Amino acid sequence: MSGPSSIAFVRRDIIAPAPPPPGQAGVLRWMRENLFSSLTNTLLTLLSVYLIWSVLASVMPWTLNGVWGASSLNECREIRDARGLETAACWAVINERWLQLLFGFYPTDDRLLASVFHAEPLAAAGGLEAVFGAGSNATARIEFVNAMKADLSNLTIFFFGYWRPLLAVVLLVVAVAPILYASLPRGLLWVSLAYPFVAVFLFWGGSVWGPATVALGLVAALYIGRLVSARLGLLAGALAVVAAFFMIFLNPLGVIGHTGLFPLFPHAKGVLDALMPLGLPAIPSDQFGGFMLAIIIGTSGIVLSLPIGILLALGRQSTMPFIRWVCVTFIEVIRGVPLIVWLFVASTLLKYFLPPGSSFDALLRVIILVTLFASAYIAEVVRGGLAALPKGQYEAADSLGLDYWKSMQLIVLPQALKVSIPGIVNTFIGLFKDTTLVVFVGLRDPLGLTNAIRATPEWNGIYWELYIFVALLFFTFCFFMSRYSMYLERKLQTDHR
Amino acid sequence: MSELQTSIEDRQINRSQMKVSDEIAIDITDMNKWYGTFHVLRDINLTVNRGERIVVCGPSGSGKSTLIRCINALEEHQKGKITVDGTTLSTDLKNIDKVRSEVGMVFQHFNLFPHLSILENCTLAPIWVRKVPKREAEETAMYFLEKVKIPEQALKYPGQLSGGQQQRVAIARSLCMRPRIMLFDEPTSALDPEMIKEVLDTMIQLAEDGMTMICVTHEMGFAQAVANRVIFMDQGQIIEQNEPKAFFNTPQNDRTKLFLSQILGH
Repeated sequence: MSGPSSIAFVRRDIIAPAPPPPGQAGVLRWMRENLFSSLTNTLLTLLSVYLIWSVLASVMPWTLNGVWGASSLNECREIRDARGLETAACWAVINERWLQLLFGFYPTDDRLLASVFHAEPLAAAGGLEAVFGAGSNATARIEFVNAMKADLSNLTIFFFGYWRPLLAVVLLVVAVAPILYASLPRGLLWVSLAYPFVAVFLFWGGSVWGPATVALGLVAALYIGRLVSARLGLLAGALAVVAAFFMIFLNPLGVIGHTGLFPLFPHAKGVLDALMPLGLPAIPSDQFGGFMLAIIIGTSGIVLSLPIGILLALGRQSTMPFIRWVCVTFIEVIRGVPLIVWLFVASTLLKYFLPPGSSFDALLRVIILVTLFASAYIAEVVRGGLAALPKGQYEAADSLGLDYWKSMQLIVLPQALKVSIPGIVNTFIGLFKDTTLVVFVGLRDPLGLTNAIRATPEWNGIYWELYIFVALLFFTFCFFMSRYSMYLERKLQTDHR
Repeated sequence: MSELQTSIEDRQINRSQMKVSDEIAIDITDMNKWYGTFHVLRDINLTVNRGERIVVCGPSGSGKSTLIRCINALEEHQKGKITVDGTTLSTDLKNIDKVRSEVGMVFQHFNLFPHLSILENCTLAPIWVRKVPKREAEETAMYFLEKVKIPEQALKYPGQLSGGQQQRVAIARSLCMRPRIMLFDEPTSALDPEMIKEVLDTMIQLAEDGMTMICVTHEMGFAQAVANRVIFMDQGQIIEQNEPKAFFNTPQNDRTKLFLSQILGH
C-alpha cells in the first residue's frame, strides 16, 4: 500500500483532548443555535418572550396573591380590597370545599370521627349509641355532626372520615403497580386479582360476605372447570365453568318457573352472614360523587375495556363470518353514536326494556356504557396494531405449531399492543375525561359539584378557582398516564437498539 | 458453474450419515391448488424418503414456495392428498398442528420474533407446544445455538444481529422443536453475499446429520454438493427431476435447459 512519498504521513504524537473554544459549548451555544440563529428567529424569540411575559404578568399576581382564608366570596373580596390588590384569586373556596370536590356527598364515618376526635362532646351528648344508635334523634344527630365537623380540620376529616374511599384508592395503587411495573414481585398480582372485590366492599360497604362469596363463587366455577377439563378435555371444562357460573349466580331453573334453589350464592351469603355478621355501613351509589366518581368510573372502564377491546379486534379479524359480523356491528354501532346519547339511553330507555320492578344501579349502568364505548375505540386501535404486524410473524408462529390462542398471546398481541400503546393510552385519557359527562345523567361528578358549590349563598359567583382545581386534578392523572405510556414504549423497544 | 460453487468448495462434506432410508417422509399425490381461479399448483406428485435432501428450483412464480408451504399447511390445497410423517393433512386443525410441530420451516425473511431475545425465540415453541420444562428447553436451545455457532448472541434481540446470524437463529429455532423434516424457503435470497456462506454451511451440517430437507433455493453449488435430487418447477408443475449431476449436465426439457443457461450462464 505504499504511494508516492509526498502523500505519506505518519503521526508521531497524539493530540490531547482540549475543551471547545468559548461560546462553542453549553448554554451560550444552545441559545445561539436555538434562539438567535437568524434575524427572523431572533425576532420570533423576542416576540415569544413578550407574549409569555404578558400572560404571566396578568395571571401570576391573581394566582399568587390569592386569598386562602375566607368563608365566602364577599369576604374574599373584602380582604382583597383591604390589601389594596386589583385582582386576587379566591382560593378559600378550594380550601373550604376540597373534600366535597373529591368525594361529593359520600358520607363520612361519623362514629369514628366522634369517638376519636370529639370524645368529650360525645360523652356529654350521651355516648355513641345515644347519638348514632338506632333510636336516636335525627335532628340532634345532624346538629352534633355539623358542630363536630366545624370543629375538626379538613385534613382530619379527609384521613379519618373518608378512610374507606381513601384506603380503596391506596390499595388501587398497590394493585395496579405490579401490572404496570414488571420489576415488582409477581406475587403481588394476586393482590390485583383480589382488589376489585375489596374495592367494592370498601366503597359500597354492606356485608363483607357479599363480595367475598362472589369472589369465592368465581373461583369455585373456575376450579370446577379445571377439574373437569383435566379429565374430559377443554370443551367439557369450558361448559362446566359456564354451568357452574349459572348455578352459582343465576337461576337456570327460572325458565320452568322454579325459584328458591338457584342461584346458590345468596344461600352461601346468608349462612355466612348468620354465622359471622361482619360489614361496613352500606352506602348507595347515588351518594357517590366528586373526583372519586371519576376514578371509579375511569379505572373500571380502563381495566374492563382493554380485554373487551382486544377480543373485539381479534373477532373483527376472525375467519368465521358470524363472529366477524357481530364484532363489526358492535364496534360501528357503539362508535357511531355520541357517548352522551348512550348515557341518556342507559338512564331512561333501559328502564323500558328491563322487567318492571328491577332496579339497575345508576353508577353500574354508566360504568358498563363507558366500558363498552371505550372498548369499541380500543378495538380499532388494536386492529391498527394487528395490521401493522408483518404476515411473516403469523406464519412463523404457525410453522412452530403454536395454536391460535397461543400465537395470539405469545407472538401477535405482545407486538401489536406495543405498537398500539400511544393509541390505547390516548383512548384511556379520553375515557377518563369523558367521565365528567355523567353529570348529565344526574351523577355528581366534580363539574356537577362546582355547580352545587356555586348554588350556596357564600360562594355564588365563583368560577375560575373551582374549574382550575378540577382541571388540575384531571391533568395530574392524565399526565401520569401519558408519562407512563412513554416509559412503557421505551422499555419495550427491543428492535434496532 | 465453478463461480457458484466457490461458496462451499473449501468444505469437505461428510457423507457418512447422509443415507436415504426406504421409509417415506412426505407423500404428495395429485395435489392441486388454486388462488381464487388461478391454478398455482397442478397435479403435483412427489415422494420424499427419510434422509433425502431435495432442492427445488425454478423461475419466480413457478409455485415452488407454494409447494413447500402446502407441506406444513401454511397454504391449504384444494385437491389431492398430502401425507407428512404418516399424518394426512386435512382441514382438521388438530392434524395441522401435529404436522407443523414435526416439520421445521426456515423463511426467506427469517421471521424471528423481534420482541423476544434469541434464547426466548428458541425456547418459546418447545415450552408452549412440547411442554418441555424451561431449564431443559434452554439447554436444548443453547446446544443448537452452539451448533449454528452463535451461542454468544443468546441474550441479544434479533434486531441486533446481522442477516446471516438471524437466519442461523431461525434454523436453530426450528431445530429446537426436534423436527424430523426441515423446509427451507429461499433461505439465502435476502442475504448479502458474504453471509450466504455461513447459512449454507449450517444447512450442509444439517444434511450431514441426516436431516430430511426440502430447500427452495437458487444456490446451485449447494444443490450439487448436498442434494440427492433436484426438482425443476415451472407454471405450477414439476417439469423435471433428477439427481444433481444428471440434472445439471444433461437436462432433458427445453424449459430446464433455458433456465439453467440463464442461471449458470454468466
